[in-house]
Amino acid sequence: MIAVVVNGVSYERAVEPRMLLADFLRYELGLTGTHVGCEQGVCGACTVIMNGDSVRACLCFAVQADGAEIETVEGLGTVDDLNPLQQAFQEHHALQCGFCTPGMLMTGVDLLRKYPLATDREIREGLSGNLCRCTGYEHIVRAIRSVVGRSVVGRSVAGHER
Amino acid sequence: MKPPAFEYLAPRTLEQAVAALGAEDAKILAGGQSLVPMLNFRLLAPSLLVDITRIPGLDNVDDWDGGLRIGALTRHHALETSPLVRDRFPVLHAAMAEVAHLAIRNRGTIGGSLCHGDPAAELPGMAVLLDAQLQTTQRTIPAAEFYDGTLSTVLGADEILTDIMLPALPPGTGWGFEEFARRSGDFALAAVGVLIGGEVRIVAIGANEKPIRLLNAEALFNDASDIDAVAEAAGKEVSPEGDLHGSAEYRRHLVKVLTRRALRAAWERTS
Ligand SMILES: Cc1cc2nc3c(=O)[nH]c(=O)nc-3n(C[C@H](O)[C@H](O)[C@H](O)COP(=O)(O)OP(=O)(O)OC[C@H]3O[C@@H](n4cnc5c(N)ncnc54)[C@H](O)[C@@H]3O)c2cc1C
Ligand code: FES
Ligand code: FES
Repeated sequence: MIAVVVNGVSYERAVEPRMLLADFLRYELGLTGTHVGCEQGVCGACTVIMNGDSVRACLCFAVQADGAEIETVEGLGTVDDLNPLQQAFQEHHALQCGFCTPGMLMTGVDLLRKYPLATDREIREGLSGNLCRCTGYEHIVRAIRSVVGRSVVGRSVAGHER
Repeated sequence: MKPPAFEYLAPRTLEQAVAALGAEDAKILAGGQSLVPMLNFRLLAPSLLVDITRIPGLDNVDDWDGGLRIGALTRHHALETSPLVRDRFPVLHAAMAEVAHLAIRNRGTIGGSLCHGDPAAELPGMAVLLDAQLQTTQRTIPAAEFYDGTLSTVLGADEILTDIMLPALPPGTGWGFEEFARRSGDFALAAVGVLIGGEVRIVAIGANEKPIRLLNAEALFNDASDIDAVAEAAGKEVSPEGDLHGSAEYRRHLVKVLTRRALRAAWERTS
């Protein structure tokens, strides 16, 4: 039996040790916003935030998350009430097919919280572990850049005071 | 793919962990950033994973006689941001910036990287360069004697790496670290670390089956006028293998160029 808090909601579930956190979120909790691309840590689509740190949900077993607090893309905002980073992605055309977007957003949140992101180079290096086959990255960098300047971000971009 | 089935234990003490590792085909799980991909590929099928990350006290960075004692469970991101590491071992601080991507650095541990032993990984190379002493549940092993091949260490099946001890460097030691990778955060095609202190040390990463000191090249170094000759010798001293990312010849060339740059940087930083 494991206990986790996901986007502020507590869950208790019995899981097989080999169940990946990504599959747990998708199949046990029905939170299909977390995408699964490569299952080897390379593409970043499955990135979620666990106890305040971005992690690959495909390289973590659900049993390892016992007791953890997890944020997924569903916790960022809703269609009617987008989080500022999501809003920026929309405004800057930072997504096309959207497959990489949940991972880009969760990585972006962690980068905005942890690094000053003073230069585009820093943003690009921060995103180097997330693959996008559509946008060419430029617009994703611009979207994140546009949010760095805003005072709300870095403290509570996901409504999560740290 | 999905990993094969296994049992899972998360002991709270080293004693319990060692006892659990007595089971046949048991495997240690730390940050999982190398082990879980191998499980997902089904390259491994352990009967039991012993998760050591719930054992307290193994993730500190402390003073060790002017050097540092680093707990095996210290995450890459903690090393990357540690002021003690930056001040005492700037070469390690520089290398940490090249290790994988943030989400991987948030999970991966120094102990896991050393025990996985990827020949292109930065931390095993840093351990050799900094003459680390590796403390396990059974003994202390010098970093230079830790690997017996690619992805292979001298550790026993129920032996756990607990601490990495880095001896203090002589004051005024100059350092250089140069890496070439296709993309920021990828494994190095080649990397070179250099220290110029009481002696000169040159370590090549990604150019042999394990990180090695380039003793022949080191012996040629007296001062800055030798840098080109030392770099030339370094390129000859490694024996890289070619793969789809780069031929053996290309990697030799990289070692030569990176050695030259790292030596120059180290020489300029000596005081
Ligand atoms: C996409 C991607 C990119 C990466 N890029 C890089 C890179 O550029 N450079 C780099 O250096 N690394 C890179 N890595 C690997 C990463 O650094 C891993 O974190 C590290 O190699 C393993 O550490 P871990 O704690 O995750 O170990 P695990 O995966 O948990 O374990 C690795 C191995 O070590 C054993 N082990 C773990 N801890 C101990 C211990 N204390 N005592 C004895 N045995 C132990 C395990 O049994 C296993 O065999 C990358 C990984 C991914 C997925
Ligand atoms: S699915 Fe996890 S990194 Fe690609
Ligand atoms: S928007 Fe299609 S992969 Fe990024």
